[in-house]
Amino acid sequence: MTSNQIVELVIFIVLFVAVSGIGFVAARWRRPADMMHLDEWGLGGRSFGTWITWFLVGGDLYTAYTFVAVPALVFASGALGFYAVPYTVIVYPMVFLVLIRLWSVSHRHGFVTPADFVRARFGSPTLALLVAITGIVATMPYIALQLVGIQAVLKTMGLGSHWPLIIAFLILAAYTYQSGLRAPALIAFVKDLLIYAVIVVTIIYIPYKLGGFGHIFDVAGAHFDKLNAANAAAGKPPAGSTILGPANQLNYATLAFGSALALFLYPHSVTGVLASKSRNVVKRNMSALPAYSFLLGLIALLGFMAIAAGTTPIGTDNNTIVPRLFDQMFPSWFAGIAFAAIGIGALVPAAIMSIAAANLFTRNIFKEYLKRDATPRQEAWTSKIVSLVVKFGALLFIIFLNPQFSIDLQLIGGVIILQTLPSVALGLLTRWFHRWALVAGWVAGMAAGVWMLYTIPNPKTHHLHFGGSAFSVSKLGFDTQWTIYAGFVAVLVNVVVAVIFTLIFKAAKAPDGRDLTTKPDYTADEGDPKVSEVPVLG
Amino acid sequence: MTGPDSDGARDAAESDTDGEPRRRSDRSWWNWLLVIPIVIPLLTPLYNADKPRFIGLPMFYWLQIAFIVLGVGATTIAYQVGKRRR
Repeated sequence: MTSNQIVELVIFIVLFVAVSGIGFVAARWRRPADMMHLDEWGLGGRSFGTWITWFLVGGDLYTAYTFVAVPALVFASGALGFYAVPYTVIVYPMVFLVLIRLWSVSHRHGFVTPADFVRARFGSPTLALLVAITGIVATMPYIALQLVGIQAVLKTMGLGSHWPLIIAFLILAAYTYQSGLRAPALIAFVKDLLIYAVIVVTIIYIPYKLGGFGHIFDVAGAHFDKLNAANAAAGKPPAGSTILGPANQLNYATLAFGSALALFLYPHSVTGVLASKSRNVVKRNMSALPAYSFLLGLIALLGFMAIAAGTTPIGTDNNTIVPRLFDQMFPSWFAGIAFAAIGIGALVPAAIMSIAAANLFTRNIFKEYLKRDATPRQEAWTSKIVSLVVKFGALLFIIFLNPQFSIDLQLIGGVIILQTLPSVALGLLTRWFHRWALVAGWVAGMAAGVWMLYTIPNPKTHHLHFGGSAFSVSKLGFDTQWTIYAGFVAVLVNVVVAVIFTLIFKAAKAPDGRDLTTKPDYTADEGDPKVSEVPVLG
Repeated sequence: MTGPDSDGARDAAESDTDGEPRRRSDRSWWNWLLVIPIVIPLLTPLYNADKPRFIGLPMFYWLQIAFIVLGVGATTIAYQVGKRRR
């Protein structure tokens, strides 16, 4: 370990410990009468205002992994990696009118998870179970990826072993257990201050040192031209470019669109939204959250800066490219702050995701199938324990499996979470679909999605399957070089099947489930009466 | 109001009578503005070019970052209009 690395490490540890302290103290912040209730432990009392929600959801959606992986993708592929920007621009206008309906109906009925809503809307525990399992399976690798973010930083500081990661995660598990959603909400403030400070400095200082953006992009362009020429000679597809090529424009647009559709289907996004105290808080955040998209756009450019600076990843792990760039360009004390920002940035989403997955298990598996008469106290207990199990599982993922496996799984996660779109998102807008048709659509979409991912090789790691999400349209019989986002195609299949089967079931007069929600529930606001004090699943 | 599954309550809420709070609605022509920031960032031919550059950034990058303003504008208008009609 060099002396630079020691300075980095000391600063990292000091900030990390300070933030962990905040995590434990958070249990007393806006102190609830009784923490042993899912509304308190799992949703922070459903009381967060505009600012807290902004920090919380910002930390929830724009994860440390995003901040590490997006520039890593730009570093490897160029323009394609920038899809994160249109993705996070279009998502808010897309979900604006849908999320406020989700908030209202959940407020009225005390829903904690998206599957709670599906259960009540379509009167189908089976459909709710599918939505819950999909959510848990999609979230698990996402939590593991947050660890990949921390690990990339630890590696750069010379800590290659697993112990530091395990310690960091034990601390995270302990304060999430104690403080619930209040912990990431409070930590998100600190994390964002650090991230904003680091990015403002980075985006001015590094281009200045490297001779300006014009020079950076000229170097990156020449770099990709060289790689592409070598690939062409070896008969391989081009590596990347500074603007999109003809074959990947459709993939770019569908990837941005599909990812935007998926974002608020993730249980942890829903948790962040339901923790807010009113419709207006949700609406204001739809205008305020794009501030993070701006940040993400700047961070994505770090990939090009790394090319121009001649930064090399540790081994073949491209995720180390941003920490390596910081290590190379900054004095060690500032690199330490930047690393802490990434490390702490991983704690916020990891906590929220484990809470969301735990709530899904408690509400839609435990209470539905194992203990129907569970009291709110037992629900809170179950969630707290499951949140530990979930995090432990994510840790095992990272320790015993190749991190590449988590990345592949997260890719699959995006495709499979999209299959809950008809039940959750369309279900919020219309009750037209038949419950069995939604199950059929889910099965079809899932099968189509997994099959497409199976056919995609990864030339870099020499894996034959699950190597990416860009599906070659030629595999469907079209004579073209174009690629398309597999999740987008899968959800189309899902919706089409759900529509066809709904028409069939309606014609056959198949018994439909009872809708426990009413029309005004979807426009209810803060202060409107709740359906009952104790959330019931009917 | 006794419960969501009571038909009496449902009728009362939907017919705007019986002292129920006035039925709110999210409907507004202004909401169509939200379509603009959804569609434009997906039209790759619109911005898939190197020049003109802005502070050295190819158009592909600065224009897409600029689209953030469209999203913020549309959601802000939809929020403000919805608030005023309450």
